[in-house]
Order: sequence, then C-alpha cells, then structure tokens
Amino acid sequence: MVDLPYRFPRRTAIPSNRLISPKTMTTIHIRPLVLLAVLFGIPEQLSAESPVPDKILFNRDVRPILSDNCFFCHGPDANHRQADLRLDVREEALKSGALDAAKPDAAKPEAAKPDAAKPEASGIVARIFSDKADVQMPPPDSHKKLSARQKEILKRWIEQGAVFQQHWSYEKPHKAEIPTGQNGVDALVHNRLSELGLKPASQADRRTLIRRLYSDLLGLPPSASEVDTFLRESGDANSELSATKADTAYLALVDRVLKNPHFGERMAIHWLDVVRFADTIGYHSDNPRNVWPYRDWVIKSFNDNKPFDRFSIEQIAGDLLPDKSQETLVGSAFNRLLLSTEEGGAQPKDYEARMLTDRVRAIGAAWMGQTTGCAQCHDHKFDPFKARDFYALGAFFADIEEPIIGRREDGMVVATADQQAQLAKLDAALTDAKTKRDAILPWIDVAQQQWESDLVAYDIILPELAADAKASDPDKKTAKQVVEIVKKADKDRKPNEKTIVQTYFRNKVTKLYQSERDAFAVADKERQAYFAQLPKCIVSNSSPNKRTVRLLPRGNWMDESGEIVKPGLPSYLPGPKVEGRELTRLDLAQWLVSRDNPLTARTVMNRLWKQCFGMGLSKVLDDLGAQGEMPPNLALLDWLACEFMDSGWDFKHMVRTIVTSETYRLASTANADQLAADPYNREHARQSAFRIDAELVRDYALAISGLLASDIGGPSVKPYQPDGYWENLNFPTRDYPSDKGTSQYRRGLYTWWQRSFPHPSLLAFDAPSREECCSERNRSNIPQQALVLLNDPTYVEAARVFAARILTERPGTPDERIAWAWQQALQRAPRDEELRTMRGLLDQHLEAYRKDAKSAEDLLKIGFSPSPESLDKAELAAWTHIARVLLNLHESITRT
Amino acid sequence: MVTSIGSNMDVENVAENRRKFLGRSSQGLGTVALASMLGPSVLNGADVGNSLGAASLPQKAKRVIWLSMAGGPSQFETFDYKPKLAKMSGEPMPESFTKGQQLAQLQGQQLLCLGPQFPFSRFGTCQTEISTLFPYIGSMADDICLIRSMTTEAINHDPAHMFMNTGSQIAGRPSMGAWVTYGLGRVAENLPGFVVLVSTGKGRSPQPIAARQWSSGFLPSRHQGVQLRSHGDSVLYLGNPSGITRDQQDLDVRAINELNRFQDSQEHDPEIATRIAQYEMAFQMQASVPELMDIRNEKKKTLELYGCQAGDGSFASNCLLARRLAERGVRFIQLYHRDWDHHSLLKQELPLRAAEVDRACAGLIHDLKDKGMLDDTLIVWTGEFGRTPMSQGDKGPIGRDHHNKSMSMWLAGAGVRGGQVYGATDELGYAAVENVCTVHDLHATMLHQLGIQHDSFSVKFQGLDAKLTGVEHANVLHDILV
Repeated sequence: MVDLPYRFPRRTAIPSNRLISPKTMTTIHIRPLVLLAVLFGIPEQLSAESPVPDKILFNRDVRPILSDNCFFCHGPDANHRQADLRLDVREEALKSGALDAAKPDAAKPEAAKPDAAKPEASGIVARIFSDKADVQMPPPDSHKKLSARQKEILKRWIEQGAVFQQHWSYEKPHKAEIPTGQNGVDALVHNRLSELGLKPASQADRRTLIRRLYSDLLGLPPSASEVDTFLRESGDANSELSATKADTAYLALVDRVLKNPHFGERMAIHWLDVVRFADTIGYHSDNPRNVWPYRDWVIKSFNDNKPFDRFSIEQIAGDLLPDKSQETLVGSAFNRLLLSTEEGGAQPKDYEARMLTDRVRAIGAAWMGQTTGCAQCHDHKFDPFKARDFYALGAFFADIEEPIIGRREDGMVVATADQQAQLAKLDAALTDAKTKRDAILPWIDVAQQQWESDLVAYDIILPELAADAKASDPDKKTAKQVVEIVKKADKDRKPNEKTIVQTYFRNKVTKLYQSERDAFAVADKERQAYFAQLPKCIVSNSSPNKRTVRLLPRGNWMDESGEIVKPGLPSYLPGPKVEGRELTRLDLAQWLVSRDNPLTARTVMNRLWKQCFGMGLSKVLDDLGAQGEMPPNLALLDWLACEFMDSGWDFKHMVRTIVTSETYRLASTANADQLAADPYNREHARQSAFRIDAELVRDYALAISGLLASDIGGPSVKPYQPDGYWENLNFPTRDYPSDKGTSQYRRGLYTWWQRSFPHPSLLAFDAPSREECCSERNRSNIPQQALVLLNDPTYVEAARVFAARILTERPGTPDERIAWAWQQALQRAPRDEELRTMRGLLDQHLEAYRKDAKSAEDLLKIGFSPSPESLDKAELAAWTHIARVLLNLHESITRT
Repeated sequence: MVTSIGSNMDVENVAENRRKFLGRSSQGLGTVALASMLGPSVLNGADVGNSLGAASLPQKAKRVIWLSMAGGPSQFETFDYKPKLAKMSGEPMPESFTKGQQLAQLQGQQLLCLGPQFPFSRFGTCQTEISTLFPYIGSMADDICLIRSMTTEAINHDPAHMFMNTGSQIAGRPSMGAWVTYGLGRVAENLPGFVVLVSTGKGRSPQPIAARQWSSGFLPSRHQGVQLRSHGDSVLYLGNPSGITRDQQDLDVRAINELNRFQDSQEHDPEIATRIAQYEMAFQMQASVPELMDIRNEKKKTLELYGCQAGDGSFASNCLLARRLAERGVRFIQLYHRDWDHHSLLKQELPLRAAEVDRACAGLIHDLKDKGMLDDTLIVWTGEFGRTPMSQGDKGPIGRDHHNKSMSMWLAGAGVRGGQVYGATDELGYAAVENVCTVHDLHATMLHQLGIQHDSFSVKFQGLDAKLTGVEHANVLHDILV
C-alpha cells in the first residue's frame, strides 16, 4: 500500500463482471490497493509493488509477509501449528530445514554468499515458487497468495542469511541523538526526507495555523478577534525580519492554547473512545450508570498535565494507592467502564467471563497497542501473546467488587470541597436534631402507654374507623391493626407490631414535643435531599474475596477444567521479579508505565501523532504487533516515546514539542509531485487535511453562532434528538427529554452516551458506540451528514442565532454583513464569487419570506432559544439561510 | 462503472485523488476512503463501491429480505411438532437431556415437559408439518425450505441477536447487511444499501433491540443499516425544517455545492467532490424516501394480500415496504417484529404474533413470485434462538425459556429448494440431532447464494482477516439449494 506507483494505466470501460477473472479471485482480502486494482483493472501485483530493496531487513520487509501468510499455521500458536514447522523463531525454523540455504552461515550472514547461491535448496523457496497444489505455500485453500515481489523478498532474505530481528515494538525504543537546538520531530523527519529526496512544503499561512492549532488542541474555532491578535503579534508576513517575531507569536499562541481549559476537553474525546466511556451499561436494557465524574477527571487530568504514568496508575489502581483519595478513586472508575447486563436469565459465569475478556481487551488496546482478543480462545496466531497471558492479565481484576449481573450500585459520592462542607454541615445539624429528639422520646413513650391503656379501657373508636370517616383504605387498615395490637401485652407483640403502634401514635395522635420531632424530620429530609443530588461515580473497590480465574479452554465459560490462573504480566516482555506475594493491579499499572514495557509510550505517542497529522506514524493504531505496521519512520516514533518517558511522561511537553515543530506547521496542500512521491503523506513533507470529529462538528456550529455554553464538566446532557429514536429500548421504556437552558448548548463530548442508541447526529459523523475500545474512528463522508447539518434542529437553531448576531452585531450593507459572517465562521474574507453567490441567495430567500410571513415565523421558532423581537422576521429568516449555508460548507467542518 | 467515472472526471485524476485521500484515511481498511472517494455520483446507477469487483461465485440472490422474529419464537408451536413431547407433557424432563446444559431463566428450577400447545397440520404437496396458527405460510409450504436443526451459541437476547447478525457475540462487528452491501455494492440510486424496519406486536412489553444490530462495525459507515421509521421522519433528519420549502432547500444545497466547488478550485481536495455528491444524494433522498414509504397508491388487492393499511406501521406494512425496497434495488432489507419472548402467556400471546406475521410473510412470497422477483430474492425467517421443550411457570401463565440447542427457521427464493424440511431434533425437541447446523452455516449459505465465497471474504481488523463466518469452519448447506 505504501509503495503505490503514481501513474495508473489509463483504462476505459471495463465490464464490471470482468474486472477480475475467477482465477485471480481466490484471494479477496479487501485492501485499498486491491480495490484500486479492481476498479482500474490492474493486476494487484503491478499496482502494489516497488522494487525489492537490495538489503533486506527482516522487520521491514520479511516479517509482514510471514505474519500475514505463514504464521497462522507456522507461528506462535502451538495448537494450530502445521507440520511442526515454526517460522517466527529462527532456531526452530533452521532446525526444520525450511531455511536451509541460510543454515551454514547462521552466525555470519555476510559470509553467506557462496552457499546461498542456491536458494532453491531452501524448503521455503521451493514451496513458494512451486505451482503444484500439494507443494505450494501458502496452500491454495488458505486463500493466501504471495506476490512476485514478496517471493523475491523471501528468496533474497534467505540468500542474505535469513537474519531475524525481534519484532520492532517488543524491543526497547531507541532514542536518536538530536543536534542541539533542533526539534527532534523536525530532525528525524528531515533525515527521512533527505534520504528519500523529498522537499518539505512551504509553511502554512497564519490563519490556517491558528485554525489548525485550535482544532487539534481545543476543538473549537478561534474567534475573529483571537485571529486578529495573532496576526498582529506575528507582524508583516512578507518581511524576513519579522520571522523571529512570527515565531515568537506562534510560541506564545501555543502557550495560551495549552493553558486554555478547553484543551482538556479536546484531549479527553480520544481517551474516552479508547477506554469506551459511556453513560449506559450496554447490554439489553442498556440502563444508566453513574460515571460522568470520571469524564471530568479525564478532562482535569489533561488540563492539570497530570503525568501520564500517574494518570494510568490512578485508572487501573487508584483504589490501591497508598495516597488514595477521592480523585484517584474517580480515576479508578476506568475498571468499571465495561459492558454489563441486567437481562433476566443471564448467567453469572457467562458474564464473569465476558467482563474479564472485556477488561483484557481494554488494557491491551488502551496501553499496549496489542490485540489480545484472540487469546481468549487460543494462543495468539501472530504475536507471542498466549492464552495464559490473557487470563493472567484478566486475573488482575478478579478483586474488583461489582455485581456480575444486575443494576450497578449508585457509587461513591464525588463532592467538591464546598459540597463536602455543606454535607458536613447538614450532618452536624442532623446529629444535633437527633440528639434533641432522642432526649424527648422517652416522654413520648410514656404518653403512648397512657394512650394505649385509655384506648383499651374506654373502648375509644379511632377517627379512621368512625362511621363517617373519610380515611383511605390503607389508613383504615392500619387503624384496625392498631386496635388489635394494643389489646396484646407488650411482651406478646411482634417487633413490627410495636412499630405500627408507635408510628401511629407519634404521627397521628400525639402533639407532644412536636417541634423537636419536626426539627429532626426536616433535618433528615434536607440531608437526604442534598445527598441524593450529589454526583456519584462507580469506582473500584478491592475485595479480599477474589473471583477464581481459570484458563477457559477455547474460551468456553462452561468448561471448568482449565487450570487456575494467578495475576501475571505478559510472559514475552521483561518485567519485575516479585516473589512471596500475588501481583496486584498496582503492579500491573506500574509495569505498564515502566521502562520494562516498550509498548505504552509508543502506543500513546502514535495516537497523539494521529491527532496532529491525521494518521499514526504506524498507521494501525490499535495493533503494534506483528499484524500492525512497522512505522516507516520508526526512529521518530521511538524518539517521541523516549522523550515522553524522559520528560516524566509530560503530555503537554509532547504536545508542545509536536505543534511547535516546523513539520506540524507545514501547509497541507500538495502538488502533483508531492502526491506522486508520497501519496499517503507517510513522510510528512506536508500537513494533512481531514474532517473534524463528530463532537467538534457540533462545537463549531454552536461556537460560531454564539450559543455554546463553555463551562467545563458536569452531568451528561441531552441535546435535541428525533422523537421515537429510543422506542426500541425497554426495561424500562424511556423518554428523551431534551435539556432546556444552557444544558442544551454544551459541547458534543458532554452528550449523553447511550451505547445501544448513540446520538444519531454524532453517529452520522462516526462517533463510536463505545461498547469496545476504539483507538481509531472511521472518517466517512456520507449523505446522512448532509441531512444532519441541514435539518437537525441543533444546526437550524445555530444558523438562526448566528443570523441574529449578524444582523445585530454588524450593521451595514449585505456585503459587509456577509463578509463579517465569513470572518466569524471561517476567519477569512469571502472571495468575490462567494459574495456573489451569497448575495443572490439572500435576495431569493428574502423575496420568498416577504411573501410568506408564516413560513418565516415557523423557521424562527425552531429551537428553544428566543429570537430577538426587534428584528424583521423575513430578514432574519433569509439571513438564517445565509448562516446555514456557511455552517454547511466543507471548509467549516474541515481542519487543514 | 468505470465509464461513469470517466464521464465525470478524468480517470487518472480520480486515481490521484483517491491516492491522496487514501493517504488521509485513518483505517487500515482504506475502503472508507474508496467509498467516500467514489461518491454517489459515481456510485449511482451501477454496482459500484463493490468490494468484490465481481462476485466470485455465480450469484443466485441479488438481495435479501430477512424477517427477524425478535424474542425467539417457540419451535414447538410453529414448525417442529413433537408427539412424544405432547405425550410427556407435565412429566419431568428426563435428566439425560438437560444435565450440565446451559439454561437461562430455568436455572435451578424443576424441569417439566410442555407439549405443543396448538395442533399441526400438513401443508402443500410436500406435506410439511406446520402449526395451524400459520395457514398462510402453510399455503406457501412448497416454496419454503424449513430448517429444524438450527443451533446458536448465545442464550440471552442481546448477545444472541449480535451472533445472528454479526457472527460474533462481541459488540462492534459488522452486521450481515453491512457485509453484503460492502461486498456487493449498491444498486439503488438515492437509497441506502441496507435498510431496517422495526414493528412491535400489540400488547406486552417487548425485548429491546439495539442499533448495533444493524451497525457497520469496522466497515465503512456508509454500509450501516438505515432504519426506516413508520412515524416522524422516515429517515432521521430527512424532513426539511419547518418554514423551508423544497425549493428553498434546493437553493441552499446548490449554494453550498457551488461554494464547495469554489473551494475545491483553491484546494483540490477530493473530499470536497465527495461532499458535493453527498449533498446531492441527501437532497434526492428527501424526495425518494417519502415516495418509497407512501403505499397509498398500492392496489387494494395488494394491501389485502399483505393484510395491511397505509400508515399502520405494522409488520405487514413493512413486508410490503420490503417488496418496494427490493424493487428499487436495495440489497439487504431486514425486518424485526418484536415480542416473541414467551416465558409466559405462550398460549395466549403466540397466536397473536402468528396472526400478525402469517399472512404478511405469505403475501410477500406470493407478491415477489408474481413479479418474478422470488428467483433472485432470498427470504429468511428466523428468531435469535429457539425455546425449551420444558415449561416455564414462574412468570405467570405457562411459557417456555430461551434455548440454543434447537430452533426452527425457514428460507425461500433465490435458489433455495422449496418444499423441503432440512434436519431434525431429538424426540423431545431438545437438541438438533440430524443435519445439525449453525448460524455460521446459515451465513455461509446466504453469502454463497449472493455469490460470495464466505471463507475468502475478509477484512483486516485488529490483525485478523475478520470474516462474517468467523474463525471456525462453516459449511454451505448445499442440500437446501437447488
């Protein structure tokens, strides 16, 4: 895929049923290149291939071929291994004779030449070049097929001595030397560019730069005045003298942006995908659970620049820390973010297994960049991750207290200092009131005894039982019970009978000490009401009664024959030797962010790179294993990983390092030569353009219109949603009351995340359901996106409110107003042809609404926010269309 | 299809754009980009966006209509008559059947046999035994292939639906409709390739259905099932905002596209061309979907054939809509009819569900046959699991619990051999014993009829060649095919 040649042979009409002959269709691995080849009638081999390198490197050239085509049967999984041949370990492969030509000079590859003259002697070479079905490898029924280039690579590799390397991501990252005064990103990108003979694009213009920075780090458009300030501080763009000034202005801008509290929100969006944060449990009834304080904890952690190692440890083991606090406990809600069920008939063992596997997949995805899921049933086919590693990782979480089936508990109260003080005050008041009330209770009891004896002695009829009584049936029933009970001697009464009489007497009969008793009731009620509305969060609590974890044969939870597994770190990576005690989640967390683990820093930096450039350095974000991709610029990913660890896991430092690099600041437009040389922009001779994320599409519209409520954090909110969208939910059935007031205008990341029915407007822009960890969202371009931006009341209202701003904040001619609107939305002046289009549109709509006042009124009624009465309705309606068109532009939802 | 590219853009230009876009595409998949790149102006009118190129096997089915009886209908009251079970009704279930087996709500309860609650009768020249609750479906017995030996892995609704739709119990996998439109592309202009309709039985509190059941999972989002709703906007956000006429919407869409074209001339970003095409398609959908949904112009005879009235939101209406969708080239049409979860009130409620679907299912087969479309339309009727031969009495009047060792389902059309019964359960209907088949087999067979070789139809996901039919071996059920 990387080495796509620039020129395609020109082909015209090819009947669609003839694109691929049945013979070549044996393999239908759907990859872009194959597709391109399919579409243009080019054989895959030709379209995909670049020259075979002279010097073969195992990790770059050979491993991907072996992993994709051979390891499934000749790899790490012993149970599935064929012909006892293992090709992922050199010694084993040599023993088998598969690499025969390489054997004599195993120790000295450079001495290979004489013997390697006949690579045909090698088992592998003979088989991959064979066209006999019973000899050929991979076998025809595997539907795997090697290209001519791949065969040549394997042949040459064996000729050169079949040198193996450990898989790149399991080696410790190597930190390249960077010349003093240079940005590591630039130095390492430039190294590659000069190796490849590529020239970097020019620097992006300043408007693009500030929009890019705001999008990547804050997820909001800069206001027109912020752009002005930045341009002013940057000085004259054309003067060389001002280059330093411009640079200083940019660095100052970066500083301001990193201090902006929206930074945490922007960073949180991706992390919340990775840890599958959602407001509901996921399965079946998909009921709510209390977790939003965790979301706010994530935002705050990024804003406070909590070191990433600590950030990780609090999530996995915040309850086990010696300095545990409310904050670390909220972080530990991470362990509770999995899917759970309340379905009747669900079996605990089944869901215990589901929850264990869910957690292992999450740790693998979020920190290790490893696809652990396969090892639930068998040793991993491509990576050295064994089924035992899988269950040993799962066993770390066997101590977490939780209902396996059923409703989640309300969780821990998460109170601010003020709230804690208020609660303490209410507690004190309650204690005080209780003391006073308790003091008078004996007197009440005395009175009760007197009343009881009177009742019996005088045969008094209770008011509820009078002939003309209007009491309710339950009240009558209680009164009858009281009459019967008081006839019994105290010692013959059951406890609940005593309570019935006491309650009746205190509530219905006596007025004695009423104020003390009322004071207590009031204090109790107040305290309860206050407590009920305090935020709560399900968090981790460690139980000494750990669940027993067994290795489940083929992942079958009904099979209890597997051995019992204790917590353990992945066997293929270095780790601490701990003896005399069982490992805990804290050990796991500390190991994940230790120097022993080569994966975490690389995984996190790869994801950050994607945020800043549109694609990871290794393009497969969720798999740094054998089936992922070795980054073309491994030195850069390694440098970032090392710098991240060396800086004390300082996330903002890494963000700053990246965004202040020249590489980040390049223009994203590419000419034909650049496209030809590096079609996928893997070498970063330029920046990339991409559509902004779902939440940001919303945020931009609200920000531009002025509707955005910019406060940080709080319970999840319910923006407008089509009626009936939740109609297929049940147990219970649910209404969706849209939030009123400022809650309606919160940023997208605060949207109520209903896993089984994610908000449709976010879903259309590829927001994930967050049922599984998601390192990477689709980035689609589909008609539903147009329907949302055109018709969702959120966007219609935003356009209407934006229009009202244009009319009230910018007096002047229509042209001047359009120009002002352009500055607000796109931070640039409209071009002449754009002005003309908008003027024409405005006139047409204005004419229509002048004739049809009712329609104007209907349009202006959309959304909860009122329209200013002072404005002419036809005019406002027509300008709403202008604003609407602006918000719908490709440029408005694209980061360049 | 390449002609249509040629007519819109220079072929090489497209190639260049495509590469540029692929460079940005986040997924290893890259087809996201491709789909996106091609855009509807290219997609329309031909089988494009097609990930197989040409189908690798002869294609018998051009489309699928999948009738999902959500909740899990009992096979004992529908398609699998068990005289021995009738005889033993009320007696303890022999332990030899149930020991060590997975049970849902019956865990720890006394297990008693429950005989069939309704009589069966023989239908058609094939003399297939079907419950008398389904006289209409019975009348089509010679057209359908009944499978009595289906099994599944899951025993709770949500995972069982997931397994039936995606071949996996882990959330986040693509639904079969998404796989199929991904593999074969789309024919319909201005309509999605995968459409979902949901109806609910009248009466009780039905099991929920999650949108993930029609998710595109890790496949490009445009293959996601689009739900057509019977009230409100038939497609979410389809209707113009109030106060905006179609003409005004047209003006805005044109202005947007014109401005985007200006931008394209500045930036040469292929995503812009796609965006323009998507706005055109959205605008067209705003007319084509309401036209599709409006069944008032259908003949009275047709409405009677299905047993529906315009706008009633019933399963029968959805069956008629399914035919209309099929006519317009929609690839995969999935209907859910909720409320088959009869833990209790089996005798009271099941006949109501049967009446709600019986005539409509038969009407659909009949109608497609009349229009010559049954030959290339595959109809599938199934629940997400079966039910126990044991009674459940703890939820009120008697019912049956969830069951995964045996279930009945049927297929019709598109090269499926009609008038056939495939497979059998043991004498008490506890487990499938003859020609036992799995959900993966069903998927493999359906793909086979669609012209797709299931074990070579894969997408790279998390390092695996992920397939609809999973990692275990799946068999095409050749015996049920013509």
